[in-house]
Amino acid sequence: MSTLKRYAPLLAAGVAIALGVALLSPWASGSPDGLEKVAQEHEFSDRAEDPGVTFIRDYRFPGVENERVATVLAGAVGVLVIATVTVIAGMLLARRARAEGEPRSGTGAR
Amino acid sequence: MAVAVSFPAVSDAVGPAMHIPDGFLSLPVAAAGYVASAVAIAVAVRMTNRRLGERAVPLMGVMGAFIFAAQMMNFPVAGGTSGHMLGGALAAICLGPWAAILVMTSVVALQAVLFQDGGLGALGANVFTMGVTTALAGALFYALLRPLAERSTGGRVAASFAVAWLTVVIASVVLSLELALSGTSPVGVVLPAMLGVHVFIGIGEGLITAAAVSFLLATRPDLVGVAPNVTPEGVRA
Repeated sequence: MSTLKRYAPLLAAGVAIALGVALLSPWASGSPDGLEKVAQEHEFSDRAEDPGVTFIRDYRFPGVENERVATVLAGAVGVLVIATVTVIAGMLLARRARAEGEPRSGTGAR
Repeated sequence: MAVAVSFPAVSDAVGPAMHIPDGFLSLPVAAAGYVASAVAIAVAVRMTNRRLGERAVPLMGVMGAFIFAAQMMNFPVAGGTSGHMLGGALAAICLGPWAAILVMTSVVALQAVLFQDGGLGALGANVFTMGVTTALAGALFYALLRPLAERSTGGRVAASFAVAWLTVVIASVVLSLELALSGTSPVGVVLPAMLGVHVFIGIGEGLITAAAVSFLLATRPDLVGVAPNVTPEGVRA
Protein backbone atom coordinates (compact mmCIF):
# COMPACT_ATOMS: atom_id res chain seq x y z
CA MET A 1 0.00 0.00 0.00
CA SER A 2 2.89 2.28 0.61
CA THR A 3 3.52 2.17 -3.11
CA LEU A 4 0.11 3.62 -3.72
CA LYS A 5 0.58 6.31 -1.10
CA ARG A 6 3.94 7.38 -2.41
CA TYR A 7 2.78 7.62 -5.98
CA ALA A 8 -0.70 8.99 -5.33
CA PRO A 9 0.13 12.49 -6.64
CA LEU A 10 1.52 11.04 -9.86
CA LEU A 11 -1.49 8.80 -10.33
CA ALA A 12 -3.87 11.66 -9.58
CA ALA A 13 -2.11 13.95 -12.05
CA GLY A 14 -2.15 11.32 -14.78
CA VAL A 15 -5.80 10.45 -14.24
CA ALA A 16 -6.65 14.16 -14.24
CA ILE A 17 -4.99 14.52 -17.64
CA ALA A 18 -6.95 11.54 -18.93
CA LEU A 19 -10.18 13.01 -17.56
CA GLY A 20 -9.27 16.26 -19.32
CA VAL A 21 -8.99 14.38 -22.59
CA ALA A 22 -12.34 12.71 -21.89
CA LEU A 23 -13.86 16.17 -21.42
CA LEU A 24 -12.87 16.97 -25.00
CA SER A 25 -14.27 13.73 -26.40
CA PRO A 26 -17.64 15.19 -27.48
CA TRP A 27 -15.67 17.14 -30.03
CA ALA A 28 -14.02 14.05 -31.46
CA SER A 29 -14.52 13.46 -35.17
CA GLY A 30 -17.78 11.66 -35.90
CA SER A 31 -16.57 10.31 -39.22
CA PRO A 32 -16.22 6.55 -39.54
CA ASP A 33 -12.83 5.30 -38.43
CA GLY A 34 -10.38 3.38 -40.59
CA LEU A 35 -11.93 -0.06 -40.24
CA GLU A 36 -15.47 1.28 -40.38
CA LYS A 37 -14.79 3.24 -43.55
CA VAL A 38 -13.16 0.29 -45.29
CA ALA A 39 -16.04 -1.94 -44.19
CA GLN A 40 -18.56 0.48 -45.66
CA GLU A 41 -16.71 1.01 -48.92
CA HIS A 42 -16.12 -2.66 -49.50
CA GLU A 43 -19.55 -3.66 -48.36
CA PHE A 44 -18.97 -5.86 -45.41
CA SER A 45 -20.12 -3.44 -42.73
CA ASP A 46 -23.55 -5.12 -42.71
CA ARG A 47 -21.93 -8.26 -41.39
CA ALA A 48 -21.52 -6.58 -38.02
CA GLU A 49 -23.72 -8.19 -35.41
CA ASP A 50 -25.38 -6.22 -32.67
CA PRO A 51 -24.03 -6.97 -29.23
CA GLY A 52 -26.53 -8.88 -27.12
CA VAL A 53 -26.21 -6.93 -23.91
CA THR A 54 -25.27 -3.29 -23.88
CA PHE A 55 -24.09 -1.15 -21.02
CA ILE A 56 -22.58 2.12 -22.24
CA ARG A 57 -23.25 1.85 -25.95
CA ASP A 58 -21.47 4.19 -28.37
CA TYR A 59 -19.65 5.83 -25.47
CA ARG A 60 -22.81 7.54 -24.28
CA PHE A 61 -23.86 7.12 -20.71
CA PRO A 62 -27.40 5.72 -20.79
CA GLY A 63 -30.28 7.84 -19.60
CA VAL A 64 -28.50 11.15 -20.14
CA GLU A 65 -30.29 13.28 -22.72
CA ASN A 66 -27.49 15.69 -23.54
CA GLU A 67 -25.18 13.82 -25.89
CA ARG A 68 -22.09 15.74 -24.92
CA VAL A 69 -22.67 15.20 -21.23
CA ALA A 70 -23.40 11.52 -21.87
CA THR A 71 -20.13 11.14 -23.79
CA VAL A 72 -18.07 12.89 -21.13
CA LEU A 73 -19.67 10.76 -18.41
CA ALA A 74 -18.94 7.59 -20.36
CA GLY A 75 -15.37 8.69 -20.82
CA ALA A 76 -14.95 9.53 -17.15
CA VAL A 77 -16.35 6.15 -16.09
CA GLY A 78 -13.98 4.42 -18.49
CA VAL A 79 -10.97 6.39 -17.30
CA LEU A 80 -11.63 5.64 -13.65
CA VAL A 81 -12.39 1.96 -14.20
CA ILE A 82 -9.33 1.39 -16.37
CA ALA A 83 -7.04 3.23 -13.97
CA THR A 84 -8.33 1.08 -11.11
CA VAL A 85 -7.98 -2.16 -13.04
CA THR A 86 -4.46 -1.46 -14.29
CA VAL A 87 -3.20 -0.24 -10.91
CA ILE A 88 -4.57 -3.33 -9.18
CA ALA A 89 -2.96 -5.54 -11.82
CA GLY A 90 0.33 -3.70 -11.40
CA MET A 91 0.21 -3.93 -7.61
CA LEU A 92 -0.36 -7.67 -7.72
CA LEU A 93 2.60 -8.14 -10.03
CA ALA A 94 4.93 -5.73 -8.27
CA ARG A 95 4.14 -7.14 -4.86
CA ARG A 96 4.92 -10.62 -6.03
CA ALA A 97 8.17 -9.34 -7.49
CA ARG A 98 9.11 -8.07 -4.08
CA ALA A 99 7.96 -11.22 -2.31
CA GLU A 100 10.42 -13.13 -4.45
CA GLY A 101 13.11 -11.15 -2.76
CA GLU A 102 14.37 -9.12 -5.65
CA PRO A 103 16.18 -6.07 -4.40
CA ARG A 104 14.37 -2.87 -5.23
CA SER A 105 16.03 0.45 -5.34
CA GLY A 106 14.49 3.16 -3.26
CA THR A 107 12.57 0.91 -0.92
CA GLY A 108 14.22 2.48 2.08
CA ALA A 109 11.59 5.15 2.40
CA ARG A 110 8.81 4.19 4.81
CA MET B 1 -35.77 -5.27 -29.57
CA ALA B 2 -33.71 -6.50 -32.50
CA VAL B 3 -35.72 -5.29 -35.45
CA ALA B 4 -35.01 -5.41 -39.15
CA VAL B 5 -32.39 -2.67 -39.13
CA SER B 6 -29.10 -4.27 -38.27
CA PHE B 7 -27.08 -1.39 -39.69
CA PRO B 8 -27.06 1.20 -36.92
CA ALA B 9 -24.30 -0.58 -35.07
CA VAL B 10 -21.92 0.54 -37.74
CA SER B 11 -23.48 3.29 -39.81
CA ASP B 12 -24.51 5.37 -36.81
CA ALA B 13 -21.29 7.24 -37.14
CA VAL B 14 -21.47 9.49 -34.12
CA GLY B 15 -20.08 6.97 -31.66
CA PRO B 16 -16.32 7.15 -31.66
CA ALA B 17 -14.08 4.25 -32.54
CA MET B 18 -14.99 0.92 -33.96
CA HIS B 19 -13.08 -2.17 -33.11
CA ILE B 20 -13.79 -5.47 -34.84
CA PRO B 21 -17.45 -6.28 -34.19
CA ASP B 22 -18.75 -9.82 -34.09
CA GLY B 23 -19.59 -11.04 -37.55
CA PHE B 24 -16.44 -9.80 -39.27
CA LEU B 25 -14.28 -12.76 -38.30
CA SER B 26 -14.68 -16.45 -38.92
CA LEU B 27 -14.74 -18.78 -35.94
CA PRO B 28 -11.19 -20.12 -36.53
CA VAL B 29 -9.74 -16.63 -36.82
CA ALA B 30 -11.59 -15.42 -33.73
CA ALA B 31 -10.44 -18.49 -31.81
CA ALA B 32 -6.86 -18.03 -33.00
CA GLY B 33 -7.05 -14.44 -31.77
CA TYR B 34 -8.03 -15.67 -28.33
CA VAL B 35 -5.27 -18.26 -28.24
CA ALA B 36 -2.58 -15.86 -29.44
CA SER B 37 -3.64 -13.19 -26.97
CA ALA B 38 -3.82 -15.68 -24.11
CA VAL B 39 -0.28 -16.82 -24.82
CA ALA B 40 0.95 -13.23 -25.01
CA ILE B 41 -0.79 -12.32 -21.75
CA ALA B 42 0.66 -15.37 -20.03
CA VAL B 43 4.16 -14.40 -21.14
CA ALA B 44 3.52 -10.79 -20.13
CA VAL B 45 2.42 -11.83 -16.64
CA ARG B 46 5.46 -14.05 -16.32
CA MET B 47 7.85 -11.33 -17.37
CA THR B 48 6.34 -8.57 -15.24
CA ASN B 49 5.80 -10.87 -12.31
CA ARG B 50 9.50 -11.17 -11.96
CA ARG B 51 10.56 -7.69 -12.79
CA LEU B 52 7.89 -5.03 -12.54
CA GLY B 53 9.36 -2.06 -10.72
CA GLU B 54 7.13 -0.40 -8.19
CA ARG B 55 7.14 2.92 -10.01
CA ALA B 56 5.62 1.12 -12.98
CA VAL B 57 2.43 0.52 -11.00
CA PRO B 58 1.06 4.07 -11.03
CA LEU B 59 2.39 4.54 -14.55
CA MET B 60 0.34 1.55 -15.70
CA GLY B 61 -2.74 3.27 -14.30
CA VAL B 62 -1.86 6.55 -15.94
CA MET B 63 -1.14 4.88 -19.28
CA GLY B 64 -4.35 2.88 -19.20
CA ALA B 65 -6.44 5.93 -18.35
CA PHE B 66 -4.77 8.15 -20.93
CA ILE B 67 -4.88 5.57 -23.72
CA PHE B 68 -8.54 4.85 -23.05
CA ALA B 69 -9.40 8.55 -23.21
CA ALA B 70 -7.18 9.14 -26.23
CA GLN B 71 -8.88 6.27 -28.08
CA MET B 72 -12.15 8.17 -27.75
CA MET B 73 -10.68 11.22 -29.46
CA ASN B 74 -11.19 10.38 -33.09
CA PHE B 75 -9.32 12.81 -35.28
CA PRO B 76 -10.20 13.50 -38.90
CA VAL B 77 -7.98 12.18 -41.67
CA ALA B 78 -8.40 12.43 -45.42
CA GLY B 79 -11.61 11.56 -47.21
CA GLY B 80 -14.30 11.72 -44.54
CA THR B 81 -12.54 9.17 -42.40
CA SER B 82 -11.35 9.44 -38.84
CA GLY B 83 -8.71 7.67 -36.87
CA HIS B 84 -8.06 7.15 -33.24
CA MET B 85 -5.02 6.41 -31.19
CA LEU B 86 -4.14 2.82 -30.38
CA GLY B 87 -1.55 3.57 -27.73
CA GLY B 88 0.46 0.37 -27.79
CA ALA B 89 3.61 2.16 -28.92
CA LEU B 90 3.36 4.78 -26.17
CA ALA B 91 2.78 2.12 -23.55
CA ALA B 92 5.68 0.04 -24.85
CA ILE B 93 8.06 2.99 -24.92
CA CYS B 94 7.21 3.91 -21.34
CA LEU B 95 6.56 0.53 -19.76
CA GLY B 96 8.19 -2.02 -21.99
CA PRO B 97 6.31 -4.60 -24.07
CA TRP B 98 5.06 -6.82 -21.26
CA ALA B 99 3.45 -4.27 -18.98
CA ALA B 100 2.21 -2.57 -22.16
CA ILE B 101 0.45 -5.75 -23.25
CA LEU B 102 -1.31 -5.91 -19.89
CA VAL B 103 -2.37 -2.26 -20.06
CA MET B 104 -3.61 -2.59 -23.64
CA THR B 105 -5.48 -5.80 -22.84
CA SER B 106 -7.23 -4.03 -19.97
CA VAL B 107 -8.23 -1.13 -22.21
CA VAL B 108 -9.49 -3.25 -25.10
CA ALA B 109 -11.29 -5.72 -22.83
CA LEU B 110 -13.03 -2.90 -20.97
CA GLN B 111 -14.09 -1.34 -24.25
CA ALA B 112 -15.71 -4.60 -25.31
CA VAL B 113 -17.35 -5.49 -22.01
CA LEU B 114 -18.52 -2.09 -20.78
CA PHE B 115 -18.81 -0.06 -23.97
CA GLN B 116 -19.69 -2.71 -26.58
CA ASP B 117 -16.84 -1.39 -28.71
CA GLY B 118 -15.64 -4.52 -30.41
CA GLY B 119 -17.50 -7.82 -30.20
CA LEU B 120 -16.96 -10.29 -27.39
CA GLY B 121 -16.29 -13.04 -29.92
CA ALA B 122 -13.73 -10.80 -31.62
CA LEU B 123 -12.17 -9.67 -28.35
CA GLY B 124 -9.19 -12.00 -28.64
CA ALA B 125 -8.47 -10.69 -32.13
CA ASN B 126 -8.93 -7.09 -31.01
CA VAL B 127 -6.53 -7.57 -28.11
CA PHE B 128 -4.05 -9.27 -30.39
CA THR B 129 -4.27 -6.63 -33.11
CA MET B 130 -4.41 -3.44 -31.06
CA GLY B 131 -2.61 -4.54 -27.92
CA VAL B 132 -0.18 -7.38 -28.45
CA THR B 133 0.95 -6.45 -31.96
CA THR B 134 1.41 -2.76 -31.22
CA ALA B 135 3.17 -3.33 -27.89
CA LEU B 136 5.61 -5.90 -29.27
CA ALA B 137 6.26 -4.03 -32.51
CA GLY B 138 6.58 -0.78 -30.58
CA ALA B 139 9.17 -2.17 -28.19
CA LEU B 140 11.07 -3.89 -31.00
CA PHE B 141 11.30 -0.88 -33.27
CA TYR B 142 12.06 1.44 -30.39
CA ALA B 143 14.96 -0.80 -29.48
CA LEU B 144 16.13 -0.72 -33.10
CA LEU B 145 15.99 3.08 -33.10
CA ARG B 146 17.88 3.29 -29.86
CA PRO B 147 20.95 4.93 -31.43
CA LEU B 148 18.70 7.76 -32.58
CA ALA B 149 16.83 7.90 -29.28
CA GLU B 150 20.01 8.04 -27.28
CA ARG B 151 21.39 10.98 -29.20
CA SER B 152 19.14 13.71 -27.84
CA THR B 153 15.67 14.59 -26.62
CA GLY B 154 14.77 15.42 -30.19
CA GLY B 155 16.00 11.99 -31.19
CA ARG B 156 13.77 10.33 -28.61
CA VAL B 157 10.77 12.26 -29.80
CA ALA B 158 11.51 11.49 -33.45
CA ALA B 159 11.97 7.80 -32.65
CA SER B 160 8.67 7.80 -30.75
CA PHE B 161 6.88 9.31 -33.72
CA ALA B 162 8.35 6.81 -36.18
CA VAL B 163 7.67 3.82 -33.95
CA ALA B 164 4.08 4.88 -33.29
CA TRP B 165 3.43 5.34 -37.01
CA LEU B 166 4.84 1.90 -37.76
CA THR B 167 2.72 0.17 -35.12
CA VAL B 168 -0.49 1.53 -36.63
CA VAL B 169 0.51 0.44 -40.12
CA ILE B 170 1.50 -3.01 -38.87
CA ALA B 171 -1.74 -3.38 -36.90
CA SER B 172 -3.72 -2.47 -40.00
CA VAL B 173 -1.91 -5.19 -41.95
CA VAL B 174 -2.67 -7.73 -39.20
CA LEU B 175 -6.32 -6.69 -39.18
CA SER B 176 -6.49 -6.96 -42.97
CA LEU B 177 -5.11 -10.48 -42.83
CA GLU B 178 -7.63 -11.43 -40.15
CA LEU B 179 -10.46 -10.14 -42.34
CA ALA B 180 -9.05 -11.86 -45.42
CA LEU B 181 -8.54 -15.19 -43.64
CA SER B 182 -12.10 -14.92 -42.39
CA GLY B 183 -13.34 -14.63 -45.96
CA THR B 184 -14.85 -11.24 -45.17
CA SER B 185 -12.96 -9.38 -47.87
CA PRO B 186 -10.31 -10.51 -50.35
CA VAL B 187 -6.78 -9.66 -49.28
CA GLY B 188 -6.14 -7.78 -52.52
CA VAL B 189 -9.01 -5.47 -51.67
CA VAL B 190 -8.89 -5.06 -47.94
CA LEU B 191 -5.12 -4.77 -47.51
CA PRO B 192 -4.55 -1.80 -49.81
CA ALA B 193 -7.71 -0.13 -48.49
CA MET B 194 -6.66 -0.50 -44.85
CA LEU B 195 -3.09 0.56 -45.58
CA GLY B 196 -4.27 3.57 -47.55
CA VAL B 197 -6.19 4.86 -44.55
CA HIS B 198 -3.82 3.85 -41.79
CA VAL B 199 -0.69 5.42 -43.23
CA PHE B 200 -2.51 8.67 -42.44
CA ILE B 201 -4.00 7.58 -39.12
CA GLY B 202 -0.48 6.57 -38.12
CA ILE B 203 0.61 10.20 -38.41
CA GLY B 204 -1.92 11.11 -35.73
CA GLU B 205 -0.71 8.26 -33.55
CA GLY B 206 2.86 9.45 -34.08
CA LEU B 207 2.06 13.04 -33.14
CA ILE B 208 0.16 12.08 -29.98
CA THR B 209 2.83 9.59 -28.93
CA ALA B 210 5.66 12.04 -29.56
CA ALA B 211 3.80 14.73 -27.61
CA ALA B 212 3.15 12.40 -24.69
CA VAL B 213 6.78 11.24 -24.58
CA SER B 214 7.98 14.85 -24.74
CA PHE B 215 5.65 15.76 -21.92
CA LEU B 216 6.87 12.90 -19.76
CA LEU B 217 10.50 13.67 -20.51
CA ALA B 218 9.93 17.30 -19.58
CA THR B 219 7.99 16.63 -16.39
CA ARG B 220 8.97 13.24 -15.00
CA PRO B 221 11.87 11.83 -17.04
CA ASP B 222 12.50 9.33 -14.28
CA LEU B 223 9.25 7.61 -15.15
CA VAL B 224 9.92 6.90 -18.77
CA GLY B 225 11.12 3.36 -19.04
CA VAL B 226 10.54 2.08 -15.53
CA ALA B 227 10.01 -1.55 -16.41
CA PRO B 228 13.54 -2.90 -16.49
CA ASN B 229 12.92 -5.79 -18.84
CA VAL B 230 12.80 -3.54 -21.85
CA THR B 231 15.27 -1.07 -23.11
CA PRO B 232 14.31 1.82 -20.92
CA GLU B 233 17.67 3.51 -20.99
CA GLY B 234 17.02 4.68 -24.50
CA VAL B 235 14.41 7.09 -23.35
CA ARG B 236 15.69 8.14 -19.98
CA ALA B 237 16.80 11.73 -19.86
